[in-house]
Amino acid sequence: MTAASVRRWLAPILLGVVALVVWQAIVVGTGIKPYLLPSPTAILEQLLLVVPLVWQAALATGLNVLVGLVVGGVVAIGAAIVAARSRMADTLLSPTAAALSVMPIVALAPALNTMFGTTSTTPRRLVVSVVVFAPVFVNTLRGLRQVQPVHRDLLRAYAATPRQITRTVTIPGALPYLFTGLRIASSTAVIAAIVAEYFGGLQNGLGSRLTSAASNSAYARAWAFVLGAILLGLVFYLATLALERAVARRQGG
Amino acid sequence: MSAVEARGVGKVFSSRSGEVTALDGIDLTVADGEFVSLIGPSGCGKSTLLRLIADLDTPTSGGITVFGKTPQQAREAQDYGIAFQQAGLLPWRTVTANVELPLELHGVGKAERAARVVELLELVGLGEFAGHFPHQLSGGMQQRVAIARALAERPSLLLMDEPFGALDEMTRERMQTELVRICAESGAAVVFVTHSIPEAVFLSQRVVVMSPRPGRISAVVPVDLGADRGEGLREDAAFFAAVTAVREALHGTPVAVRGMDAR
Repeated sequence: MTAASVRRWLAPILLGVVALVVWQAIVVGTGIKPYLLPSPTAILEQLLLVVPLVWQAALATGLNVLVGLVVGGVVAIGAAIVAARSRMADTLLSPTAAALSVMPIVALAPALNTMFGTTSTTPRRLVVSVVVFAPVFVNTLRGLRQVQPVHRDLLRAYAATPRQITRTVTIPGALPYLFTGLRIASSTAVIAAIVAEYFGGLQNGLGSRLTSAASNSAYARAWAFVLGAILLGLVFYLATLALERAVARRQGG
Repeated sequence: MSAVEARGVGKVFSSRSGEVTALDGIDLTVADGEFVSLIGPSGCGKSTLLRLIADLDTPTSGGITVFGKTPQQAREAQDYGIAFQQAGLLPWRTVTANVELPLELHGVGKAERAARVVELLELVGLGEFAGHFPHQLSGGMQQRVAIARALAERPSLLLMDEPFGALDEMTRERMQTELVRICAESGAAVVFVTHSIPEAVFLSQRVVVMSPRPGRISAVVPVDLGADRGEGLREDAAFFAAVTAVREALHGTPVAVRGMDAR
């Protein structure tokens, strides 16, 4: 690891440590009640106790996010391909994507829970898919439309068929945009998956555990689940960021 | 049969702000294996003429034949190779994959493609860079890849639209020397668009001088400095004489030549 990258990682970690120390000092020093704000050491204590529980909950929520990302992503890519090909499909799909992007999860989740029943993971995964659709659709469509004029001329000179043009130029050119869309979608997907669990249903995810811990006045434990949620969000963000970078690097971006 | 034959070719572009006559009454014949440059100021329609020959655009009047066929037939039969000012390489493909793109599109088998790419990269002196991606290459190297790609299907006509326009002078002169050699080896006819007088003179057998608004051919200057054109030619009296002749044709009046300025 080079000195520059050490410095890049060290700075945010130092800031985090300082924040934790100040937090601990305030809680201990001013005697804030644990139900208002537990101290970092209390949270850590709880976290060590409930690590297996947080792990299981993170896996359950993580699976919902993954399925939702894949389903929403695939549907969005398909829709973007259709919209890039036909103007009529575009005028139908683009406003739909805009409408989906402003749809509140808090309204959607209870409605889907009623539709699919409370023992199903489907409503949560659907919520994630809905949230993922818009950013992936918009970005992929933009990518599909960004064929450079020189490439268009070149393939015309080669008398390439529309199918060959799609395969050799349009799709590879749209890939970086697609992965940017996925990266943007990934963080909202994790938030959506957790929030969707607030409205009843299965008690296996981070959101469910968080609400039940809070309603049992186990505040330190609730914070342990919050920490789990942050880590889960980071995992998805960093994974999609790595994918995006890998694709961009291959294209010299 | 001539490689290119244009008779009374005109091209009018219509836009919201009115009509622009890009080309008017163009007559031009390019013989088999001949190197012809189109030179002129910006807006003289030299690139447009090249695009018409390539069937990337259609003329509004007159007719063009390429090896006796319509430009569309010639394009579909892959009678010509083309290179633009931008190398236009696909950034996600390696040098090898870029060069073999036309072969791949036309269903040439894998083994044959691989063999041809090795040959072509050898020809443009990029054998060691087969596995590189375009962004790892300099501008001159990218342009050499584009030329290799244009030669992939052994075309008997090469269409080049200011392929060295974005390169620095030193790289440019080296590329010109290489192009002379490559053309001699492949025997292809070339239509070469440029706005550099020394470049046109160094490369061509004939220089077609064009004037703008509307784009017309104002003069044709025969050059032909012989088959053996090395770096020494650039300092030869015959070279300067031809440069002067083309410059005078471009400006329409004799230019007072003082000293040895070649540009």
